[in-house]
Amino acid sequence: MNNILVLPMVVPLLTGFVLFFLRPSVKAQKLVASLSLLSLTAISVRLLLKVRDEGILRLDFGGWKPPFGILFVGDSFAALLVLTTSVVSGLILFYAFAATERRHENMFFYPFSFFLVAGVNGSFLTGDLFNLFVCFEVMLLASYVLVTLGGGRAQLAESVKYVAINVVASWFFLVALAFLYGTVGTLNMAHISVRVAEAGQGPLLSAIAVIFLIVFALKAGLLLYFWLPGSYSVPPAPVAALFGALLTKVGVYAMFRVFTLIFYHDAAITHGLIGAMAVLTLAGGSLGAIAYKDIRVIASYNVVIAVGFMLLGLAVFNEAAFQGSVYYLIHDMVIKALLFLAVGSMVVLTGESRIDRMSGLIRNYPVLGWLFFITMLSLAGIPPFSGFIGKVYTGLGAVEGGNYWLLLAGFLSSLFVLYSLLRIFMNCFWGETIITPEEQRPLNKKKLIPLSLLGALTLALGIGTQAIAPFVADAAHVLAHPELYIDAVLGEVPPGE
Amino acid sequence: MEVHMIILTGVLVTVAVYLLLSRNMIRMILGTAVLSHAVHLLLITMGGAAGGNVPLLGESDGPYVDALPQALILTAIVISFATTAFLLVLAYRTYEETGTDDLSYLRRVRRE
Repeated sequence: MNNILVLPMVVPLLTGFVLFFLRPSVKAQKLVASLSLLSLTAISVRLLLKVRDEGILRLDFGGWKPPFGILFVGDSFAALLVLTTSVVSGLILFYAFAATERRHENMFFYPFSFFLVAGVNGSFLTGDLFNLFVCFEVMLLASYVLVTLGGGRAQLAESVKYVAINVVASWFFLVALAFLYGTVGTLNMAHISVRVAEAGQGPLLSAIAVIFLIVFALKAGLLLYFWLPGSYSVPPAPVAALFGALLTKVGVYAMFRVFTLIFYHDAAITHGLIGAMAVLTLAGGSLGAIAYKDIRVIASYNVVIAVGFMLLGLAVFNEAAFQGSVYYLIHDMVIKALLFLAVGSMVVLTGESRIDRMSGLIRNYPVLGWLFFITMLSLAGIPPFSGFIGKVYTGLGAVEGGNYWLLLAGFLSSLFVLYSLLRIFMNCFWGETIITPEEQRPLNKKKLIPLSLLGALTLALGIGTQAIAPFVADAAHVLAHPELYIDAVLGEVPPGE
Repeated sequence: MEVHMIILTGVLVTVAVYLLLSRNMIRMILGTAVLSHAVHLLLITMGGAAGGNVPLLGESDGPYVDALPQALILTAIVISFATTAFLLVLAYRTYEETGTDDLSYLRRVRRE
């Protein structure tokens, strides 16, 4: 039985419900949350190994054979992302145990974090396009609550925009689904792919593909990222880290799934469009990252740049580039969590968020300073950290495909990333210290441990690339050969039935 | 009948876009609600609403309508209910904190 496939969604969901009833005791909440996160990580590792041993897994709910029932499909791509989500969200929540205010903990901070993780894992694993919409909504509703939690003036004002844009995007997702269902008459992703291939991707299907592109671009922050810097920079550090690490990545994942499995026939239109949008995203994100002085806004623009970079791999559309994107996706989940937690810690410790009002922090908080330095190197793609390998493979793919402009844009953006973070590092960590030892707020160990673990993780991913290489290669192989996915899902059903 | 429904969908989308673009927060929320209705109508039309019988074996003779879009709409209605309710509460809280329901003013609210 492949029942393990559903556990990465069910475990956090059930944990969320249990935590609701544990509201009076924060201690019990933390205990249950820790146990659940550890078991989630164990399950994800088991899932990844099972996929390696048995190939692509499939779970038909209620025994309804595809294409009629809803199903979960686990390939290496999904399993890798589920594992990364479990580990990263675990570390973020361990940081949150130490950093979250009591009033937030009492207002269901932990349950909604778990619902968010459930939605994210569900989105990665589902093999049904409408189910993807539902998982998106689970994730988004949890994120609406988290972004508004605590509710100061600025936070509420940004939340209204965030919620409104996501609600409108969700209805557009449904419009795209309606058109697609009206055209091909099925919602199973593998079955849609077969039918699209049979009918040929004409103008009608290409138009539907572009609606999907717009929807996912809104969710991922590809070109349509205008809402992102505002809403990612107002919530408290753990929430911002959850958002920066997980939310946009789900949009990126959905784009990879849909445009490699279903709409890959008319690459001139869809993938040309994705390439152009990715380059514009890189340019806009780079400008934003060096234009602002608020460190939280700079961190948010770094999310935008990373999204642009990952989608270069999709635009290039060959196996090497897919490998690069998968590596970069995993790396970015880890490093964005670290970046947002480090930036959030700086804001909490100094009470300031502008780079021109902070100085000399490395004397007060040396470990935080070095962790930020590691983050910077890793984001810029300097070996031996995890950003390097993703950039190398994306570059290789771009050279192989002859997309030299995309290559140039990708690597130029790395310089902007480096510059924007170097600016934070030089202004905030170097120079005369502004905090005297007497008024220095302590950075307690409970916060430093998750931060250090994330730092160690980015180093480990960089040095130990060999260990995950077979999984990434398999993920890229399935992305480049959609027939493998289709065979695994529709195995005993003759194609076109 | 399907043509009428498509036209009605178009009208609803027009209304929704008009409401979404207005500066009043409540109007914007109503816009999202109207948009959701338009999308549900589109879904049911896409499933082929006209010309079929109730999809219950033994209750009616074929051809049956496709039951799947109706299941989808049921799910989507629940989601739309949840998000609209959330948006309304959020709008109320924002109004309490900022004293305004004008979105162009909210743009200028910076963190203190």
